[in-house]
Amino acid sequence: MKQLLTMALRDLGRNRRRSLFSALALGIGLALLLLMAGVVNGEMEGALNSAITLQSGHLQVRSKTYTEDKTSLAFEDLVENPGDLAARIGQLPPVAVVTPRLFASGIAAVGDRSVGLRIVGIDPASPANDPFRKGLVGAFLAPDDREGVLIGQTLADKIALKTGDSLTLLVNTSNGDVDQQAFVIRGVFNTNTPGFDENTVLMPLAKAQAITRADNHASILFILLKDKEQTGAVAAALTSNQYDVKTWLQLNDVAVQTEQLANGFMYVLYLIVLAITATVIVNTLVMAVFERTREIGVLSAIGMRSSRIMTMFLVESGFLTIGGIVIGLVLGGLMVLWATVFGFHIGNIGATGLLISDTIHAHLTLSDTVMLTALTLIISLIASLYPATLASRMEPVEALHGGRG
Amino acid sequence: MEVVKVENVTRTYKVGNTETQALRGVSLTIENGEFTALVGPSGSGKTTLLQLIGCLDQPTSGHVTINGKDVSTLNRNQRADMRRASIGFVFQFFALIPTLTAYENIEMPLLLAGVNGTERRNRVMELLDIVDLKDHAHHRPDQLSGGQQQRVAIVRALASKPALLLADEPTANLDTPNGKVVMETMVRLNKATGVTFVFATHDPRVISYARRVVTLRDGLIADGQVTPGA
Repeated sequence: MKQLLTMALRDLGRNRRRSLFSALALGIGLALLLLMAGVVNGEMEGALNSAITLQSGHLQVRSKTYTEDKTSLAFEDLVENPGDLAARIGQLPPVAVVTPRLFASGIAAVGDRSVGLRIVGIDPASPANDPFRKGLVGAFLAPDDREGVLIGQTLADKIALKTGDSLTLLVNTSNGDVDQQAFVIRGVFNTNTPGFDENTVLMPLAKAQAITRADNHASILFILLKDKEQTGAVAAALTSNQYDVKTWLQLNDVAVQTEQLANGFMYVLYLIVLAITATVIVNTLVMAVFERTREIGVLSAIGMRSSRIMTMFLVESGFLTIGGIVIGLVLGGLMVLWATVFGFHIGNIGATGLLISDTIHAHLTLSDTVMLTALTLIISLIASLYPATLASRMEPVEALHGGRG
Repeated sequence: MEVVKVENVTRTYKVGNTETQALRGVSLTIENGEFTALVGPSGSGKTTLLQLIGCLDQPTSGHVTINGKDVSTLNRNQRADMRRASIGFVFQFFALIPTLTAYENIEMPLLLAGVNGTERRNRVMELLDIVDLKDHAHHRPDQLSGGQQQRVAIVRALASKPALLLADEPTANLDTPNGKVVMETMVRLNKATGVTFVFATHDPRVISYARRVVTLRDGLIADGQVTPGA
């Protein structure tokens, strides 16, 4: 075996440039796969994380008749005394944060322009609001603030307002009327999620309850868990006849399905890229077989069996593949590192149903790295079976004459 | 004792719709320790006969027996095993593996035969010594002259102590002095080892070294052209 390894290495060294370019092609293929996997994973994971932290939480407790699309404010559709219920839920060990939120639809009127909005009443003291505090320009809301609101950066840009400016909000109320009040923009938050930032206005829960005449009600209890894997268990514990409990999987079905679709699509892309790189390997080895036909004849003449000749070419392919994989891991690692740290700025892509960040940061998992490396190795070795078989099936007499017939 | 027995062997090659009869019924016996030349013009069937004796090819009809074993019907792997165990080859082109050193080229048949490390080293160095190439053990073929390469090829063919060494035009690519050295080496090794040498040639200077000459013409042994073994 040592002799086979030596021969394979030296054979690759005969045409160093060709071997290098073949390994490089394989390496670039693997590097691109790692980058693609990292970017798509980062994008999907980012979208899901944004949806969970900004919108759905890991769990929501709400009235059995609440319909998210209608943003109903009718009392029967809301959770009564949400503070009490939140305090009880907060005692469950897996729960990290629980906070009531009230949703209402409204319109912002600025000059002669008007923009449709989602008004969210929040408990300003809750740590669930951390994503809004990060990157906030201006001051955060105080619980007793009766005139202050926070708006998203994208909305601020859209209607050309900034911290300290005022805007008039028209808000639907629980009795079906519309109320109107001028508010001061205390701050502009930036979650880097244009789809969320362009239509969300935050105000203290008490003020939201007052302006919507929702009294001591909330649309939902927003719950974040210490560990996402505990979702099912906590949902089961919270299930009652009185309330509906929704998990992040149910609340983000579009994101989850999109992720599944993206994963399926990625597998097709993986196979296309690997098929191309495998072709390079096949081409290199087929050239090597034809160039070394006479040598194959000599080896056969001195008694080397076909299976050993085949093994010799497979070992050569193995070295080429391992070289390519090392190049791919180094190159791909650097590319993924760059994409993880700096990311790709894509701006507001206007996707509906998905909260996609304006900058995609790659996130490559160890399992994806191992899976893609193994896939590259397996496909390359399968591809090299053809040239190896070609070499092993050569008739010694024909091979000694340089491949006659 | 006969090492090779060829009985009424024919070999027909088919290329497209054209059939070419390279051998048309050859019978020949070669005894142990002979130093035999197969001679004849180009296309007479010398190389084809060597390939059949060497288990590189199979006859269209007839039988080839090596050391009492009929090799005409062996499968691919059985023929490879027979070559590895009993037959050494020397080719017109020097046929060394270019990526291996002289030492490693000679070592290759021993590796294939499963000879252990110490025995292998001793045998390779002994063979290199026989052909005065000990100092060139770690040279690759492109660092050796044609004559040196062919001497390495000869001892590689003898490495696994075969019963039979077959050489196809062993001096055709060598100048006269190197050709002389190669032939003298073959004669010396034939006498020293008792291995049977059969070589094909049409070079009169080489034929003169043979103790027995078999002349082929148009795929047949020419009448009266087999000189008795010495």
